Amino acid sequence: MVDVELSDAIRLCDEGLIEDIDHAMLPPAPDGTPPEEDFIEGALQPCAVATITWSTIYAFNEEAFPEDGAQPATIADFFDTEAFPGKRGVRKWPKAIMEMALMADGVPPEEVYDVLATDEGVDRAFAQLDRIKDDIVWWEAGAQAPQLLADGEVVMTTAYNGRIYGAQVEEDQPFEIVWDGQNLDLDLWVVPAGAPNRDAAMEFITFSTDTQRLADQAKYISYGPARRSSFPLVEADMQPHMPTNPENMEKALISDPLFWADYQEELNQRFNTWLLQ
Amino acid sequence: MATTTLAPATAAASDARDGRGEALRAADGTPLKRKLERTTRLSRLRAFLLVVPLLAFVVVSFLVPVGTLLWRGVSSPTFATHMPRTTAVLAEWDGRAVPGEAAFAALAADLVDARESRDIGKVATRVNRELSGTRSLFTRSARRAERIDEGPFRAAIIDIDEDWGELELWRAMKVASWSVTPAFYLQALDLQVEADGAIARLPEERQLHVSLFWRTLWMSGLITFLCLLLGFPVAYLLANLPLKYSNLLMIFVLLPFWTSLLVRTTSWIALLQSQGVLNDVFVALGLAADDRRLQLIYNQAGTIIAMTHILLPFMILPLYSVMKTIPPSYLRAARSLGADQVTAFRRVYLPQTVPGIGAGSLLVFILAVGYYITPALVGGQSGQLISNIIAFHMESTLNWNLAAALGGILLVGVVLLYWTYNRLIGIDNIKLG
Repeated sequence: MVDVELSDAIRLCDEGLIEDIDHAMLPPAPDGTPPEEDFIEGALQPCAVATITWSTIYAFNEEAFPEDGAQPATIADFFDTEAFPGKRGVRKWPKAIMEMALMADGVPPEEVYDVLATDEGVDRAFAQLDRIKDDIVWWEAGAQAPQLLADGEVVMTTAYNGRIYGAQVEEDQPFEIVWDGQNLDLDLWVVPAGAPNRDAAMEFITFSTDTQRLADQAKYISYGPARRSSFPLVEADMQPHMPTNPENMEKALISDPLFWADYQEELNQRFNTWLLQ
Repeated sequence: MATTTLAPATAAASDARDGRGEALRAADGTPLKRKLERTTRLSRLRAFLLVVPLLAFVVVSFLVPVGTLLWRGVSSPTFATHMPRTTAVLAEWDGRAVPGEAAFAALAADLVDARESRDIGKVATRVNRELSGTRSLFTRSARRAERIDEGPFRAAIIDIDEDWGELELWRAMKVASWSVTPAFYLQALDLQVEADGAIARLPEERQLHVSLFWRTLWMSGLITFLCLLLGFPVAYLLANLPLKYSNLLMIFVLLPFWTSLLVRTTSWIALLQSQGVLNDVFVALGLAADDRRLQLIYNQAGTIIAMTHILLPFMILPLYSVMKTIPPSYLRAARSLGADQVTAFRRVYLPQTVPGIGAGSLLVFILAVGYYITPALVGGQSGQLISNIIAFHMESTLNWNLAAALGGILLVGVVLLYWTYNRLIGIDNIKLG
């Protein structure tokens, strides 16, 4: 079995590369709520079952911006090198940073994808990115982002929220997450078509996506469970670190897998061309 | 070997026969000539059998994959295979106006079938490569096309989504329907083919590959030149120092050569990064301000420095092997005949090192043109080479057709370069050690 992002799960399913998943095999919530209602929106796909919600956020190092001075607080601050000078880490991939650029330009989360589907919208996003282009250090693997931040190579970076949590808690790093403009996405289990141990894989999916198991994984990393019935079981001191915590959700964008399935190629090409300029 | 040693013997045998008017015979009575031929053939066969394992290995692990990949650069059967009826209609279509009822009927039938066989995603991906934003149109429409029982299909399909009435979409489908297509090679050259067969440049904000090819060429050229500049004196010392010093020096050259590529690349990161060793030294010496450290890595400079270092042995070793064979007495002779130091070097020594310079430069340049891991790690955005984009299409976008086309162009470029070199200097003149 494989852990994939939502847009990939949809593409894989369309192309017949992964097995169908029978939702009836999934256990109901302890109170009897059927899985179709218990799982959050988008979590149950014809060929995939979500386990966690995670998000792309940006985080800064408090050594660069101490508490007694001005600290970045909004997504626009990430693109403002005058108020907050210094290098920025960004994942070398158009997804998430394009949306963040538009939100920084004042586009409300619910309109981001409509704007990004137009040429003018893409130009707007690149205009924002142009403002920080000379200050960007690109990263590709998730572990690089907290490393860049810890090494002082950058003063702030986009990252997966769990990676920053890991650095904050386990390594006691003075990192601070800015939830404004976060991009929420799902991770899902899929089973490759024709997998030799298909039945065992399905059994594992049933086991690992029940209410208690999903709540338990949140003990180890700050990724939200994909079932509503798991929310109250998450330990209290983990709650504020969850991307789905109401306070963190005030200006959150739900990543649109269909948009990325449609526009990934074109935006990749434009993104790579922009990188070269 | 067998033929060269036997040839004079054969000649002698035939001379002898001409002389006496009858054939020489071996001890068992067969004519000598025939017996010789048989021995030669046998030894040739034996030699061939000895290389068969290697030949088979090269064919299976090199020629076949390269061949299939090159074929991928022009082959795109997805649409034609999974949308056969639409493909047939599109072949007749002139591309001037949105086609009529027959085309929509074929489309409806194909969409339903492709959805049932779960190939609709592949078809959608293919068309989306020609016209962005159409992927979900296909998957969505295929779901709803099942409910269309009877005509008129045109109205029913446009009712699902009015985008089906767009000429642009039909033209993209026509391009996608060609099983053998120039589309990927054109895209690799920042061009696109339109449904009426005309070839046009891509819009400026999507022109990526040509400038990347040029960058790869000039950066590889610069790296080759730097390797030559740094490697030549080292090779000279290696060839001319007394043995006990030159052995030590040789170890300094070989040790990094034997060290893993990744280790060498990552140690450059530790050295060059803005909080790294070199910058710390600069700051301590007052050469750079602490808040304005030099950006030596994650850019072109990083790629050039790290690749020059990594490819240096490939320049030094061929140079050394050539220089080792130049007798020092030649230079002394030149001096004694009145040439000054510079003239003696320029007119006597340098021309004799040309085979080594040629071998080293060709080796370094060809390696640099296809280099991938070092620019990926230390190149940032401005230090990426064409191979990084090829890897990107292989691993991230899974557009193997485009990756194959880019690789094909790179291959042709390297072969052309080799050919030019052969014409200008001669490949026999090369000495690899």
